Amino acid sequence: MKVLVCIKQVPDMESKFKVNAQNNWFDENDLAYRINEYDEYAIEQAVQLKEQLSDVDVTVLCVGPARVKEAIKKALAMGCDRAVHIEDTESYIKDSSQVASLIADFAKDKSYDIIFTGMQSQDRGSAQVGVIVSELLNIACVSTIADFEYNEGITVKRELEGGLKSIIKVDTPVVLTCQLGLNTPRYPTLPNIMKAKKKELITIDSLELSSSDSLNETLNFYYPQKSGGSLILEGDVPELADKLIAILKEKTSVL
Amino acid sequence: MKILLVGEYRENKLLDVTYDLIGFADKLEADKVMLAVGYEEDIPKFDGKLYLADAKALGEYNPSAHKQLVLDVVEKENPDLIVFIHSSFGWDLAPRVATSLKATQFTEVIDYKDNSFIVPSCNSKLRRELKSKTAKTVITIQAGAFTPLTEALGTPEIENISSDASSNVNFVAYEEAEEKGLDLTKAEIIVTAGRGVGKKDNIPIIQALADKLGGELGASRPVADNAWVDQSHQVGTTGQTVSPKLYIACGVSGAIQHLAGMKKSEFIVAVNTDKDAPINEVADILVVADVLQFVPALTSKLS
Ligand SMILES: Cc1cc2nc3c(=O)[nH]c(=O)nc-3n(C[C@H](O)[C@H](O)[C@H](O)COP(=O)(O)OP(=O)(O)OC[C@H]3O[C@@H](n4cnc5c(N)ncnc54)[C@H](O)[C@@H]3O)c2cc1C
Repeated sequence: MKVLVCIKQVPDMESKFKVNAQNNWFDENDLAYRINEYDEYAIEQAVQLKEQLSDVDVTVLCVGPARVKEAIKKALAMGCDRAVHIEDTESYIKDSSQVASLIADFAKDKSYDIIFTGMQSQDRGSAQVGVIVSELLNIACVSTIADFEYNEGITVKRELEGGLKSIIKVDTPVVLTCQLGLNTPRYPTLPNIMKAKKKELITIDSLELSSSDSLNETLNFYYPQKSGGSLILEGDVPELADKLIAILKEKTSVL
Repeated sequence: MKILLVGEYRENKLLDVTYDLIGFADKLEADKVMLAVGYEEDIPKFDGKLYLADAKALGEYNPSAHKQLVLDVVEKENPDLIVFIHSSFGWDLAPRVATSLKATQFTEVIDYKDNSFIVPSCNSKLRRELKSKTAKTVITIQAGAFTPLTEALGTPEIENISSDASSNVNFVAYEEAEEKGLDLTKAEIIVTAGRGVGKKDNIPIIQALADKLGGELGASRPVADNAWVDQSHQVGTTGQTVSPKLYIACGVSGAIQHLAGMKKSEFIVAVNTDKDAPINEVADILVVADVLQFVPALTSKLS
C-alpha cells in the first residue's frame, strides 16, 4: 500500500510575530519552526498503519522554502520511508488551491492509496488543502478524522460538533484529514534520527509542477485592536496575586 | 449582490447556526436564497426562497450529493457569494464546491468590509484581510460572528430539489459523546488548565487553586487529548459550554474553539506569559506571568 503524508512547517504559535514589509504575512525571520500540530497526527497514523500491515510505504511531502527540510527530517525520524520536498520560496503567499494543485500534480500518477493531511494549519487555518487535493485527484475524502481503523476496508470517525461523531466507511484511494487527539504522535528516538539520515529525500522545484494563478489577494495582515477593556497586570508575582485578589473581591461575588 | 446560504441539519433538526447565515446576508443587505438538505417539518424562518432537498432520501451529509445540489442551485441562481457556517459540515463541503466552481474560498470569516473579508490567522492571534479575484466566492463564516440582530420570522417559499449523485464515502451511524462524568455547566467557579501548564505533573497546582476557591477543574483540548485531565473536564466546541461567575484560564491561548465554550463566563481571568495571546480578547484581566509561579502564589495568598 502506498501512503502519502502532506505536512506543513509552521512557526511556534507563541512567537512574537512581526508583520512583513508587504503587509501580507508575518516576517519569516527569527521564528522557531515546527511541524504543524495537525500534521503530526497524520504522520503518526501513517506510521501506525505501516506497523500494522507489512507492505506499507510512506512518503512524506512538504511544500516550502529550504527550512522545511527540518520538518521533513523529523517526519522521517518518526518513521516515514521517503520524502519529497517541493521547494517553493513563495509558498507563504500561495493560496490553498495553489498549494493543493502542486500536491495533486505531484501525486496524480503515483497511485497513492491513502493521503493523510492535517485538517488545517495553525498559521493559515484554511482547512482547504486536503479536501481540494481530493477534488483535483477525483478521489474520496473524509475530513477531521478523530479515529482511524484499517481492517480490509477503512473505518473512520469524523468529528462533528458537541462531542458527536459520524462513523464512516470508505475505500481507497482516499484523502483523510486529521484532527487533534487522533493518536499520540511519537518522539523520534536517537537511532531513528540516525536512520532517517540515510532515507531518500528528493527535492523538486515547484516550477516543475503545474500550479494555477492565485485566486485571491491578501490586502492586509495585522494584530487586531484589543476589543475588550481587559486589564493587563504585570510585575512581581506576589504583588500580582494581591492585586488580583483585591480585584476579585471588588468585582465578583465569589470571594 | 446575491448570496446563496447553505443551511445545516443534524439528527432531524435544523441547526440554530443556520440563522447566522441569515444574519450575515442581512449585514451585507444582500439578496438571499437558501439551500438546505433537511426536513419539511422543520424549516428555517425567513422571507425568501428555500431550495429544499430531502435528507431522508439523501442522508444528512453525503458530500457528493450535497456538492451536486449546491452546484445545481448556483447554476440556477447565479449568486456572487456562497456561504457556509465554519462547522464540520461547512469546512468539508465548501472547498469541494469552490474547486468545482474554480472560485476562491475564505475560511472562518469574522467580518466583511468594503468587499473584503477578514479571517483569523496564527491561532486567532492575527488577522488577514482578503479580496477575491474570482467571479464567485465561497466562504465559511465563524459561528457566532454574525448572529442576527432580530428574531427570525417569515415563511420561505419552498422549491423541492434532489440529486442522484452517488457517494464514495458511506455514512454508517452517528456516535454520541460518552456520558459526561462531570457537569461543568452549573459550576460557579472554573479553573482551567491549558497546555501552558506544561505537563501532567503540574495539574495538581491548578487543581489546588480550584479546590481553594471551591470550584471545578476545567481543561483545554490538548490537556484532555494528552490525558493530563479526564476528557469530561474539556471546555469548548467539542467539550462543554460553561458560564460560571469566575473562569480562570491558566496557560490557555484562547483559540476560537476554546473561547466558544467559555466566553459567556461572567468574569474571566487569564494567566499567560504571552501578552498577545488571543484569550485577552475575552478576558477581564490578563495576568502576564508563568502559571507555575503565579498560581501557587495566588493559592497560598487565598488561605
Ligand atoms: C474542530 C476543532 C474542535 C476543537 N475543540 C476544542 C475544544 O472543545 N476545546 C479546546 O480547548 N480546544 C479545542 N480545539 C483546539 C483549539 O483549536 C486549540 O488547539 C486549543 O484550544 C489550544 O489549547 P491551549 O490553549 O491549552 O494550548 P496552546 O494553544 O498551546 O496555548 C498554550 C498557552 O499557554 C501559554 N503558556 C505557555 N507556557 C506558559 C507558562 N509557563 N505560564 C503561562 N502561560 C504559558 C502560551 O503563551 C499559550 O498562550 C478544537 C480544534 C478544532 C480544529
